[in-house]
Formats: sequence, structure tokens, C-alpha cells
Amino acid sequence: MSLSLQLPNLLLAAAAAVVGRRRQHGAGEEEAQLLDALRAGDEEAFVKLVDRHQATMMRLARSFVRSQEVAEEVVQDTWLGVLRGVERFAGRSSLRTWLLRILVNRARSAGVLESRSVAIGDVEPAVGSARFDAGGGWIAPPRPWVEESDERLLAESLAGPIWEAVEELPARQREVLMLRDVDGLTSEEVCAVLDISEGNQRVLLHRGRSRLRQALETEMGGAR
Amino acid sequence: MMFWDRSELVCQQVVELITDYLEGAMPRAQRRRLETHLAGCEHCGEYLEQMRATIRLSGRLGTHDLSPQMREDLVELYRRWRAEP
Repeated sequence: MSLSLQLPNLLLAAAAAVVGRRRQHGAGEEEAQLLDALRAGDEEAFVKLVDRHQATMMRLARSFVRSQEVAEEVVQDTWLGVLRGVERFAGRSSLRTWLLRILVNRARSAGVLESRSVAIGDVEPAVGSARFDAGGGWIAPPRPWVEESDERLLAESLAGPIWEAVEELPARQREVLMLRDVDGLTSEEVCAVLDISEGNQRVLLHRGRSRLRQALETEMGGAR
Repeated sequence: MMFWDRSELVCQQVVELITDYLEGAMPRAQRRRLETHLAGCEHCGEYLEQMRATIRLSGRLGTHDLSPQMREDLVELYRRWRAEP
């Protein structure tokens, strides 16, 4: 590639990096203010934090413990841990990572579904091998459903089946998939929260997404 | 794995590499091989689009709203914490 073609790309990358840093910095500042308010005893700051993180926390807790009730206890217990620890929180990780790590620790000691999980080393193909010929080419290729799924999601007839499919995932795949794709955490955050390596995070994400794609295809009436 | 090294990728391998591809976690040479395959294989192109759609659909799942009872419990918890010595 000639220099004249590369240069604009380099500039774009540099600009994106600056914007990214600024955005992170901005979010960090707002978080720091909320934490200061919390330490000063501002109830409104607490409610704001609860609204921001509660859904993610409940979903994550729910994937570790058997009942909604126990999950709620774990979340409450986590908030208490956050309040008691907020003086010592030094901001080395993001607040979200910190509080989700507290949650995972409490959930793990509260009673655990994770043993049902499939070991990472187990082979689990993204697509059943019966759908390929001996040379690895498609025999039963995926039937197109992307457009239909957008329409059905708009009509809200797809949200239920997707949730069901997510809930049927093995626990560790579900945790990674929810944190990444539903709650929008970065892979670094997920690794820190669940205390897993980048490689394992990717394997679990791959299996979770592959299973979910298969469930969607089945839901949309495609080949199995 | 050895047969991924030089030869062309086959569909069954492509579906296992899709996440590494979407995550940008692929050596450049392998990414080029994958893109070459995708450019010539309609079905794997469709598969990639379905994986993208799967991610998009997950991202649009509604958030569970906080129940009024739970919010009350949490505010109560906060007040108890403030009253702690």
C-alpha cells in the first residue's frame, strides 16, 4: 500500500483513539462525582447508581442462583458491600467492574448453578457436523432469516423466544453472552468480572452466540 | 491446527472462526483467508450476517425494570447503612 493511502487511515486511528480516551475520561469523571456524592451521604446518588446497574446485576445474579428471591438477596447484599467498601474504592477499575466482581463473589458463595456448566475443554461445534459434507462444505446451509428477525423484533414476538434461548445456555456461556451482548461490557471488563482469561472469554462467547444463532434459526423455521 | 495453515478454509472451519473474526482476534493472514472464503461463499456470508443479527438482537433485549418493592428495599438498605456507626 502506498503512503498516501495509509496516511489517512493512520490519522483516523489516532483521532479515534483521542475521542475514545476523552469519552472514557468523561464517564470516569461523572462516576467519580457520583461516588463523592455517595460518600457524602447523598441518597439521590445512590438511587442513580442503582438505576444504572440494577438490571445487569439482577441478570448476572440470576444466572448463579436458583431463585429470583435469592438473586434479589445477592443483589441487596452486593449493594451493602458496595456502600461499606466505597470509602476504600480507589477507582483502579471501573465502578461497574468493581461492583460486578463483588456480586460474583457473593453469588458464588450463595449457591451455585455453575456446576451444570459445560467444561471449556469440551468440543461443541458451532453448527452440527451433519450439516456439512466430508469436505467441510455446507449440505444444509443456513436459511436466510435476518430481515424477518428485524421485523419480528419490532413486533415484539421475538423477545420471548430469545430470552428463553439465553436462559437455556449453560451458565458460563450465558454469563459471558449477557454481559457482552445484552449489557454491553467490553471483553476486558467481562474477564475482570468473571475472573477468566481472554481466550476462555472468547470461547464461551463463541459457543453462546452460536447456540443462540441456532435457536433463532429454529425459531424462524429454518433447518436444524 | 495444521490444516488451517496454508490450504483454503472450508465452511465448517469458517463457522468456528466467526467470533475470533468479529472480535478482531485473528492473525492478519488468517483473516485474509477467511475474507477470501466469505467473498466466494454465499452461505457463509449469510452465516456471518446471522451471527451479527444474533448479537444485535441480544443488544435490543429490553432491560428489566426495577420493581417498586426492590427499589424501596434498596433505599431502606441505604438508610440503614447511613445510620451505621
